[in-house]
Amino acid sequence: MSIERKLWHFHGGLKLPGHKSLSNSVPLDIAPLPSRLVHPLGQHIGSPSEPIVEVGETVMRGQPLSRATGYVCSPVHAASSGTVVSIAPHPVPHPSGLEAECVIIQTDGQDQPYDGYPPLSNYQTLNAPALRARVRECGIVGLGGAAFPTSVKLNAGVGMRLLILNGAECEPYISCDDSLMRYRAVEIIAGAQVMMHALEISQCCVAIEEDKPEAFDSLEAALNRCGDPRIQVTRVPAIYPEGGERQLIEVLTGKQVPAAGIPADIGMLCHNVGTAAAVARAVLYGEPLISRVITITGHGVAQARNLEARLGTPIADLIEYCGGYTDKARHLIMGGAMMGFSLASDAVPVIKASNCLLVGSTEDVKPRAASMPCIRCGECAQACPAQLLPQQLYWHARAEEFDKLEPFHLFDCIECGCCDVVCPSQIPLTQYFRFAKTEIWGRERERRQSDIARERFENRKSRLELAEAERKKRLEAKTRALKKSGSSAASKAAIEEVMARVRAKESAAAPKPRQEEPD
Amino acid sequence: MLTAILAISGLAAGFGLLLGFAAVRFRIQGDPVVDQIDALLPQTQCAQCGFPGCRPYAQAIANEGAEINRCPPGGEATIRSLADLLDREPKPLDPERGEEKPPALAIIDEHVCIGCTLCIQACPVDAILGAAKQMHTVIASECTGCELCIEPCPVDCIEMVPEPATPTTWRWPKPADSGTKLVRSRA
Repeated sequence: MSIERKLWHFHGGLKLPGHKSLSNSVPLDIAPLPSRLVHPLGQHIGSPSEPIVEVGETVMRGQPLSRATGYVCSPVHAASSGTVVSIAPHPVPHPSGLEAECVIIQTDGQDQPYDGYPPLSNYQTLNAPALRARVRECGIVGLGGAAFPTSVKLNAGVGMRLLILNGAECEPYISCDDSLMRYRAVEIIAGAQVMMHALEISQCCVAIEEDKPEAFDSLEAALNRCGDPRIQVTRVPAIYPEGGERQLIEVLTGKQVPAAGIPADIGMLCHNVGTAAAVARAVLYGEPLISRVITITGHGVAQARNLEARLGTPIADLIEYCGGYTDKARHLIMGGAMMGFSLASDAVPVIKASNCLLVGSTEDVKPRAASMPCIRCGECAQACPAQLLPQQLYWHARAEEFDKLEPFHLFDCIECGCCDVVCPSQIPLTQYFRFAKTEIWGRERERRQSDIARERFENRKSRLELAEAERKKRLEAKTRALKKSGSSAASKAAIEEVMARVRAKESAAAPKPRQEEPD
Repeated sequence: MLTAILAISGLAAGFGLLLGFAAVRFRIQGDPVVDQIDALLPQTQCAQCGFPGCRPYAQAIANEGAEINRCPPGGEATIRSLADLLDREPKPLDPERGEEKPPALAIIDEHVCIGCTLCIQACPVDAILGAAKQMHTVIASECTGCELCIEPCPVDCIEMVPEPATPTTWRWPKPADSGTKLVRSRA
């Protein structure tokens, strides 16, 4: 059902050219099966998972390759059948360009399914923990880009009032959710129903930016067919970064999520539409997260399009399938033009968080001019959707006064890049904030480490002191005992006794060699 | 006159008793300044500062006026935070004490180790595991990189390797093109 819903505004934001027709003018296509699949063990927020397969083992499509090591952790699954050829560091999509532990599979082309997850088509009879366990074992994480384990988010407790499915997709160039909503609307609606059942929520709102009329129509058609009155599809104005969880909640409900809190604190939950479709596939068909829709776009690739690709497919394979690089290709960016990061090579695989691959020309990604000093114009503060003071944060981040950043709520920054765009001095503000955040986390880690070292040092010191004191005590006791029994006659007798014993031993041992000599 | 003297002496005695009581009753255990300094030191326990550990160095700074630039593992960041805390002028690291190095871990070459336990005795944080004539190994997560185990090893089988960077511990670099000064042309 789509009724006009009253909408609110969030602070700041920008109207940006979408560049979405580059990739969404051709239908969703399925990428071919690659010959090698690279599955990084840490594809989500939280600790990396632990491998449970060995090199040389044959695996099926959907078979788990690793297990979760903590609560905020998620397993990865083989995206096709084949043989595990190595478990070793391999380049992964990360701004650092570093390598991380990956399970590499040589596919056999058979694509044989794993039968460990029976479909739960009777999910209405199951309780929330059972559904959460399924979502967890199927390795589902938020597909909007943050890759937070979905089962953790589904464990929100009672009293949730509204489930929001985020199909806003506000970032320029990205159209994977648009494509998914156009061609997989039924799965999205089914996923919404499963989540509503698991969360005991009776209201769901699917938010779509108004520049995606086809997606809106497709979802509404699917909704009319299943006739669920609890779900409604809402058009929201296209303003960047409306796809941010907090911004979307404010637009839809007029309520702000507390700075240090989560949406569940105000009775709301926000999931990406792709996550909903993945939940539906995991529960209804028993299919773990082994593929996702990814936008391949930019003027640097011959045919920009949306592809449903197996996770682990090397990016080079996808670009080849899209007709290869054009002469204009200058940048390789994972994510959109605003929040994405440059990739060092195209050997990295598609991971759960990969929503877009932007092969940029110089017109897609404009070279940044050298930055000028901050003139304190305040444009950044007006554009900031989190209502922060970027110029103040910049000031302290540049001076590396990290303790002064927290009163200015550095950690509420969503790194959307709006301040970068509006800054007349071209200061790379977001990069300063990313630098400051990772620096603060790094120092926090160091501090914890040094606390452990201090404790261990103190423990060792007290242990050594205790041992020394005990040794001294024993020595004193001995000397005292010796002094007490100390008449010279007694000690002489003791010495005599020991000497006699030694002599006896010697004479007993002496004949032996002589007996052996004749041999 | 007498009343005034009595009143003043009475007050003095009263307050004296009160202060004496407070000094005993509200006595602070330990030395808060030393604790604060100790919290800023990296706890490598490497003794490069010339004191037998981080806490002794903290005590020396607080009580004996030792310089704050004697900690190579902490480097410039530690000097700066110590200067902030103690309201002293930050100084460059004392080159006699060593130089600031990236964090490193000790690794024992297990083919060469003879199991002499000398490194175990030298390790200030019990980060080496082993027994006499048994293979020794460094518990990587506990190693502070103090290098104290290197010198006592009779077969030179311990090596310092830089801590490997992983995507989880990686830090964004500080933007380089910052703070270009505007040069005003005088027309």
